[in-house]
Amino acid sequence: MDFTFSPEHQALRRMIREFAETEIAPVAAELDREHKVPFEIMRKLGEIGLLGVCFPQEYGGMGAGETGYCILMEELGRVCANTAVNVGAHIGIGAMCIHLDGTPEQKRKYLTPLARGEKIAAFGLTESNAGSDAANVRTRAVRQGDSWVLNGSKVYITNGGYADIVTVLAVTDPALGARGGITAFIVETDSPGFKVAREEDKMGIRGSSTAELVFEEVRVPHENVLGKVGEGFVTFMKSLDMGRLTLGAACLGGAQQLLEQCVYWAKTRRQFGEALAHKQAVQWMIANMATEMEALRSLVYRVAWLVDTGQPFTQLAAMCKLYGSEVLSRAVDMAVQIHGGLGLSRDFPIERTFRDARINEIFEGTNEIQRIVIASNIFREFGVRIRP
Amino acid sequence: MDFALSEEQRMFRDMFRNFAAKEVAPRAEEIDHAETLPKEMLRKAVDQGFLGATIPEDYYGAALDNLSYILLLENLATACASMAVTVAAHVGQVAMSILDFGTDAQKEEWLPALAGGEAVGAFALSEPEAGSDMLALETRARYERDEIVLDGIKSWVTNGELAGLFLVFAQGPQGIDAYLIPRDTPGLTVGYREPTLGLRSAYFNTVYLEGCRIPQSYRLGGPGEGAAIAARAVDRMAVALAAVGLGLAESSLDVAAQYSTERVQFGVPIGKKQAMQNYIADAYIETEALRYLVYRTAWLIDQGEDFSVDASVTKAFGARVARSVTNRMLQVLGGYGFMEDYPMARKYRDARVLGIIGGPTEIHIFRVARHILAQKDLEIVPWHQ
Repeated sequence: MDFTFSPEHQALRRMIREFAETEIAPVAAELDREHKVPFEIMRKLGEIGLLGVCFPQEYGGMGAGETGYCILMEELGRVCANTAVNVGAHIGIGAMCIHLDGTPEQKRKYLTPLARGEKIAAFGLTESNAGSDAANVRTRAVRQGDSWVLNGSKVYITNGGYADIVTVLAVTDPALGARGGITAFIVETDSPGFKVAREEDKMGIRGSSTAELVFEEVRVPHENVLGKVGEGFVTFMKSLDMGRLTLGAACLGGAQQLLEQCVYWAKTRRQFGEALAHKQAVQWMIANMATEMEALRSLVYRVAWLVDTGQPFTQLAAMCKLYGSEVLSRAVDMAVQIHGGLGLSRDFPIERTFRDARINEIFEGTNEIQRIVIASNIFREFGVRIRP
Repeated sequence: MDFALSEEQRMFRDMFRNFAAKEVAPRAEEIDHAETLPKEMLRKAVDQGFLGATIPEDYYGAALDNLSYILLLENLATACASMAVTVAAHVGQVAMSILDFGTDAQKEEWLPALAGGEAVGAFALSEPEAGSDMLALETRARYERDEIVLDGIKSWVTNGELAGLFLVFAQGPQGIDAYLIPRDTPGLTVGYREPTLGLRSAYFNTVYLEGCRIPQSYRLGGPGEGAAIAARAVDRMAVALAAVGLGLAESSLDVAAQYSTERVQFGVPIGKKQAMQNYIADAYIETEALRYLVYRTAWLIDQGEDFSVDASVTKAFGARVARSVTNRMLQVLGGYGFMEDYPMARKYRDARVLGIIGGPTEIHIFRVARHILAQKDLEIVPWHQ
């Protein structure tokens, strides 16, 4: 066993931290307040290679593996949930399915510009009646000669409002459903018939785009079928596994930042003639936060190691997402309490984190879905097949 | 024991519920987004007599008993927690302090004006360095012949921007004093409004007192009686905020339970899933426990009993239940729960504020522990020993 990061990963973390502190942290509050998507930050992240952190070098990536990607998400989550969400949707799910199941030609054409940040990706899975029940998608794709024609709509698509490329799940054979009847497509958003129908007004992550996408007779060439016809659901679920792991990493960064802020405030703020640090109620909160954060850290990087060494990790990735989001939610609840009135004020970062954090228990598969994934995996080992 | 509301209380409750659903709820999102309590909304509350809820008829109030007043706050909060908190600070903290501690002249001067909404009352106790440590006040009151001169900064003054009358606490020569200061008094300035996570249509302002010169007749209660006045007002607000938490919890449960019957996933309404049933049942169990705790404490006040420990028990539990119920009900709504065009995100934000304002939960927990341990002859203080 060896729990140390390689020198390369340590150097990567230093580089990301410096970028995050100088380029992202100073604008994080403004992104939230002005509802601004950090295009400029995304462009710069692409320029220095970070949007291809886990993709192979031959496709413009950095080749730093899943561990490198988790380091990126942890460091982004530490300073700005919005940037983490934008990057997570771009790399972790949008581009990831091209990385996982794309042909060499598709990777050259699409993954390379995505890895360099020249283009931005979104992941088109959720529909108004296919949320937790992801297999219930209704967007339809019909073969016409050398192309497919897509009709339908997707909701709550992160990066949807400005993505250049959307990976879309659509029904190709209604009779087969999720077992052979759903196919993944790479759709360029300048295709005729593609429309951004709506931007959501959210409680948190307000510096990210969450959009409704409409497909009206959108024609997609057959070479843009991602993976095999009928096997799109599997491709998408594999991408989600990756996304769930790194969502846990982003939550880890968020919790780390909160802990630092709480320790600072507990040292500084005096009531009843002494610093809050001397209150046992505050000490307990700090101790609980730190304990959970360390448990999360071990889980996240262990799963990253499983991915990088080619071992199965679906169940543990679900745990990363579930546990990470809950650790962050508990941490931010305690952080609000320790900061008192300051924790409620939009002039200080704790309030923003409180609103941003809550989505992690919902998106990329609600925590209820993660529990179903974990329980199904465990029961399957004992010969019990459970249905959601 | 009798747990039933009287016929009159039931009638009031139905009236409040009706008002909240018809007049307030349809505009609650808009009010929250605009971060203002519209004047016509306040006017409607005045017309209904809400701003004079517990003020006696002699002073043109509605003369409600305390339990009915709590039913008012609960029901307003089902639609708009900001409005309920505004009414609670005005009635429970300012008007009731005058009724309990004021001279006849002060009552004559202020209670009809407060009941009629000509003046909204603001409560100015907290300071930048006196939050949890409520009475560590740095605002000073100097007595100069017949006059008193106040200097200091008050923070998180509830209703600050709306107010015509400020109930201000300051360190006087014989301890903490309370003062009734009209808005237009030279030396009193309403400053920065806190941009809050929740309760965004309520007003929490910084108020500056710079050589604010007032006659001695503005003092509420005797010299040094301010601590007792503040304590009672804080206790009343604690119960009121628990009632706001109750309104938030029950309305969240209502929204989520309804949604669980309509939202179909995996071929069934999600209400058929055991996980959702557990969330909903737990929310109901906690809400009902809170309901009877709030009502009991309100009833205690009506009996004229001491209720200071009960107020803390109620506030701590109320903030906790509001937080946990809104959190789980938001989860039932999934992505919709996170969107600001549905009421759940607002209720979730509003509920979190209840754990901080009116004394953070830690302070109320301390007061409960102090009470329990005193019965075992152990005296405790809120600093390190």
